[in-house]
Amino acid sequence: MASQHGHSDAHAHGAHGSLKTYVIGFVLSLILTVLSFGCVMSGAVPQHLVMPGIVVFCVAQLLVQLVFFLHMSAAPGQRDNLSIGVFTLLIIAIVVVGSLWVMHNMNAYMIPSSMQMSSGSIG
Amino acid sequence: MSTSITANHGVAHGDAHGHEHHDDGSKTLLGFWIYLMSDCLIFSGLFATFAALSHATAGGPSGKELFDLKYVFGETMLLLISSFTFGLAMLNVRAGSRGKVIAWLFVTFLFGAGFVGMEVYEFHHLITVENAGPSHSAFLSAYFTLVGTHGLHVTSGLIWLVAMMHMVGKFGLNDVVQRRLSCLSLFWHFLDLVWICVFSFVYLLGVL
Repeated sequence: MASQHGHSDAHAHGAHGSLKTYVIGFVLSLILTVLSFGCVMSGAVPQHLVMPGIVVFCVAQLLVQLVFFLHMSAAPGQRDNLSIGVFTLLIIAIVVVGSLWVMHNMNAYMIPSSMQMSSGSIG
Repeated sequence: MSTSITANHGVAHGDAHGHEHHDDGSKTLLGFWIYLMSDCLIFSGLFATFAALSHATAGGPSGKELFDLKYVFGETMLLLISSFTFGLAMLNVRAGSRGKVIAWLFVTFLFGAGFVGMEVYEFHHLITVENAGPSHSAFLSAYFTLVGTHGLHVTSGLIWLVAMMHMVGKFGLNDVVQRRLSCLSLFWHFLDLVWICVFSFVYLLGVL
């Protein structure tokens, strides 16, 4: 009961943010979006850094919006939301990484001609 | 489609519970959060599908030839600004100024509608001008399904926005309306989160 009470309290008072948090979140998102697109569109970024750059800016912006717009935090009232979110993240990781892994291996081991199938390079 | 029904159903359902059990709204928000996380799983499946099929162009055009990043940047800005203006609407909910809430919700609606309009035009352009419809290749099927599902979510969000503007006007900012606005707020910000992944992994990585 205590935790549920804290939960509603947080929603009623603390968890909605203020003008300041929305403006900070908006400006940070704007900067990160421009950086993401700039990474690809400017052509000034070395080729091998483009992909890591996009991923880093994407994750950064997700975190910014989760904190400043969706008001996620480790505060007692937010703990239920946070734990459900972390669990979902785990499932997403399994689905996405697992799919890519399986499909990559399938493509890598797929041999174009059916004749060669019998030579058995499937390790 | 089914997701939009779920979202709207959640609202109607929340109403009934609110009267019967005197819910303070926190359980509804937690439940809605769980719905959003399950929606996340739908998107994760679509993203995984897209990633696995991103090179399966069947001799057709690839993302590099099709995607116009300036256009996508425009879409991104519209959705980001609409997310911010929804935040301003929620601040006015707490301040209790009914007129401003409706005004900011309307601004949010305009930006959201602009986003959907741009996306519909983009799809129309791809299908008719570029001759790259969803049936052209596995890559394009996955692309249209992923981006289209997000677009459908935004569209259902727009319908919900109209309903909420009407409710705020008719009932004022009572507990039920506030709770529904909180749910819609979560939903709207969540759609922006999904869009961040879309423009990063579909468009930006797609043109590399």
